[in-house]
Amino acid sequence: MMEPKFQVRALTPEEEKARRKRSVAIALTLGALVILFFVLTIAKLGPQILERPL
Amino acid sequence: MSSLSNSLSGEAQAFNPTASAAGGEVSDFFALLKPRVMVLVIFTALVGMVISHPQVSPIIAAISLLMIAVGAGASGCLNMWWDADIDALMTRTAKRPIPDGRILPNEALAFGMVLSVGSVLILGLASNWLAAGLLAFTIVFYAVVYSMWLKRATAQNIVIGGAAGALPPIVGQAAVTGHVSLDSVVLFLIIFIWTPPHFWALALVKSGDYAKAGIPMMPNVAGPDSTRRQIVWYTLLLAPLGLVPVAMGFGGWLYAVIAAFGGLGMLAGAMQVFRLREGEAERRAAMGLFGFSILYLLLLFAGLLVEHGFGLFRAVIA
Repeated sequence: MMEPKFQVRALTPEEEKARRKRSVAIALTLGALVILFFVLTIAKLGPQILERPL
Repeated sequence: MSSLSNSLSGEAQAFNPTASAAGGEVSDFFALLKPRVMVLVIFTALVGMVISHPQVSPIIAAISLLMIAVGAGASGCLNMWWDADIDALMTRTAKRPIPDGRILPNEALAFGMVLSVGSVLILGLASNWLAAGLLAFTIVFYAVVYSMWLKRATAQNIVIGGAAGALPPIVGQAAVTGHVSLDSVVLFLIIFIWTPPHFWALALVKSGDYAKAGIPMMPNVAGPDSTRRQIVWYTLLLAPLGLVPVAMGFGGWLYAVIAAFGGLGMLAGAMQVFRLREGEAERRAAMGLFGFSILYLLLLFAGLLVEHGFGLFRAVIA
């Protein structure tokens, strides 16, 4: 069996906590971007975007 | 927060770009954006927008302002990535996230690049591509021309590099009007000429730090006395330049009073720096000018913001 080329160190509890916070921040940023693009679209195209034939 | 490497070894270490860091907090990434510089950028870009009396939606203006701020933060992040080695040598910057080992250089590089590209693209989509191009120019000028080249090459580093910090009013105006007028160019010139006396006042006090890091700041290259003379010359240019918006008709009475008394204050501060050359008095004069210069710029732009943003503009020259 081949030896792995590098060793993976287990994260300390503090590092895991920091990683979780970073993940939450990335999720919030992505959510904010979704809202930003939605608002930007409405602002650029105007409210008539909602009055289109189905 | 102590760094991972520091906590493992129990002592401060020199900057090691290959060190392992997995404990970077969200606040560390935020610190990479130089939040205090971002506030100044938001403020000056907002004034560039307000003096233009734009007809665009406030939502578009707000998103544009946010993207200008993010772009400025991204350039600050790239600056910290490039300068991590010298930041580790200076007391003022040694605790920044990269030299302190809390964030890896590559993490900062990726963060800065993503924010740079993202802010330019979103600004282009939200407002127009002139503004996006100007923001891209600002980021490249600060991160590449200033950080990678000028800063370590010439004593004129902050003079030329100051253009990056002076551009936000122009970008702000372009974002809400689609063009650049002489008004925002004058605001650019005010910040541009303000930068040398502002930074050199600090550099006079921190010259030891800069010497340790091998950065050719003016006091280290031309000497403190020459720097003091140049501070006076730049301030002599700045004080009347601050009154140009009044002559051009977009600075009203409130602005005129701030610019006149603020300009006199700057001149008095510069003369104190020129006169007091020894001991604690020298340090106090330099830090006094440094602090007052921030207040001066803040009040100048606040004057324009109040006059144009709240309908208080009263022309001095009819």
